[in-house]
Amino acid sequence: MIRALALAFGLAALPALASEEIVSGLSQNRVAITANFDGSEILIYGAVKRDSPAPEDKGRMEVIVTVEGPATPLVIRRKEKIAGIWLNRDAVTIDKAPSFYAVATTGPLEEILSGTEDLRHSITLPQVIRAVGISAEASDPQDFVESLQRIRLAEDRYRVAEGSVQFLEETLFRADVVLPANLTEGNYNVRIFLTRNGVVVDNSAAIIGVRKTGLERFLFRMAHDQPALYGAAALLLAAFAGWLASFVFRFIRS
Amino acid sequence: MQLYLPIAEVSVDAFLLLGLGGMVGFLSGMFGVGGGFLITPLLFFIGIPPAVAVATGANQVVASSISGVLAQLKRKAVDFRMGIVLMLGGFAGSALGGWVFAWMTHLGQIDLFVQLSYVLFLGLIGAMMFQESLRALWRARRMGAAPVRRAHIHTWVHGLPLKMKFRASGLYISVIPPLLVGALVGFMAAIMGVGGGFILVPAMIYLLGMPTKVVVGTSLFQIIFVTGFTTLMHAITNQTVDMLLALLLIAGGVIGAQMGTRVGVRLRAEQLRILLAILVLAVSFKIALDLLLQPSELYSITPGLLP
Repeated sequence: MIRALALAFGLAALPALASEEIVSGLSQNRVAITANFDGSEILIYGAVKRDSPAPEDKGRMEVIVTVEGPATPLVIRRKEKIAGIWLNRDAVTIDKAPSFYAVATTGPLEEILSGTEDLRHSITLPQVIRAVGISAEASDPQDFVESLQRIRLAEDRYRVAEGSVQFLEETLFRADVVLPANLTEGNYNVRIFLTRNGVVVDNSAAIIGVRKTGLERFLFRMAHDQPALYGAAALLLAAFAGWLASFVFRFIRS
Repeated sequence: MQLYLPIAEVSVDAFLLLGLGGMVGFLSGMFGVGGGFLITPLLFFIGIPPAVAVATGANQVVASSISGVLAQLKRKAVDFRMGIVLMLGGFAGSALGGWVFAWMTHLGQIDLFVQLSYVLFLGLIGAMMFQESLRALWRARRMGAAPVRRAHIHTWVHGLPLKMKFRASGLYISVIPPLLVGALVGFMAAIMGVGGGFILVPAMIYLLGMPTKVVVGTSLFQIIFVTGFTTLMHAITNQTVDMLLALLLIAGGVIGAQMGTRVGVRLRAEQLRILLAILVLAVSFKIALDLLLQPSELYSITPGLLP
């Protein structure tokens, strides 16, 4: 398939604008969360299209792939020991932090991406977590943002996989991103950057729609659209189960 | 077998949930406690978001309590009149507790407040029960027989007005103490996300002087309504009841509760109480330890509200 793709891209060498462009695709642009959903693997593949021979002087070609889940505001609290008891003391509000974020690259981020380009495109974790105006809330706001990264990296919600993107046959590349089992519903943005000497030469984007289906969808929608009915149903279910168990056990014993 | 929970939005092993429900249900049937004070921390532990754990825990307690009550009903061990009086007090306490809960959340100290409540109430009640039942056991052993217990011991409780006859319990007392006990339990239920059986059981024995044989059934009866109310409130205001999670916990729980009730009948009252006391003390000790030892992660993340 990759060979066929290479051929297709080779033929379609249009006399276009920029010297190098990314053409990319996803193995799937839809993830269905079913009852036995246990994570999903997304293959992101692409090719570098160029109309002239590869420039010699501009450094190695590098690829950065990011997958970003829906962002939400967060409150981060820090415990402190007061009168012998550990309790929440300082708190910081983060405007927006993604529920999932994965970065896969062909090499170490600090070598293949310059600071200014990171600022412009928000690629590394510190750039993705938007925490404007938190300095007013605590004396050391950076510690809070770092702790958010640390906790979510440990939970596998955030991933940095430097060197995991591979080039095949010089201009073809692929990245495998594993979506975890504890996935939140929403649109997941996939971005692909091509860099040389730390400068972004081209980028492309795609969306993966993550949706609950079947029973999962039915329960979720009912819980949010008709909460009173849902609550009553939950109680009825509990009452029926309780009665059934009692009945069955009485039957067994007699 | 992994199962994705639609509301909790996590994937967990279905058999683990069945086992968890069964274990808590067993204890619930045996002691007449709803098991909320066990199921909620256990759900936190396996990675269910706290809000979902509290609400769904309440829903599972409804089922195991109903199953337990039906088993007790056959033994005519439910004092309905007492249960209803306790329940009325419970609703009032629950409403007050909900208000305090919102206020503490606003202050950002709800976690601490809940933990301190657990430590204080579980510790106090556990220690009291442990000491009392140990003494009873020791006395029984020395004399070679259970002490002769009078039909009822007269305390200040019996001097209050508004007397009412509780035939199943063989009591003729004022409705004020049961109303207050019910209110206290309702208050604790709203704050701690539990049914309150561990407070109700000793309160009925020591404060109201009810005979042990009706205590378990009556406690379960009142817990059905308190936790049912809690479930409905959470479902409507927070949408945090996960029916799939509840179903699995319930399936394990109702079976466990039936078996627990059987075992509970065979044990002597003192033994039952000493076991419950140990369990309550262990949970209290664990939570106290969490407060006193330095946590491995000082920072915690909670969802923020959209401005």
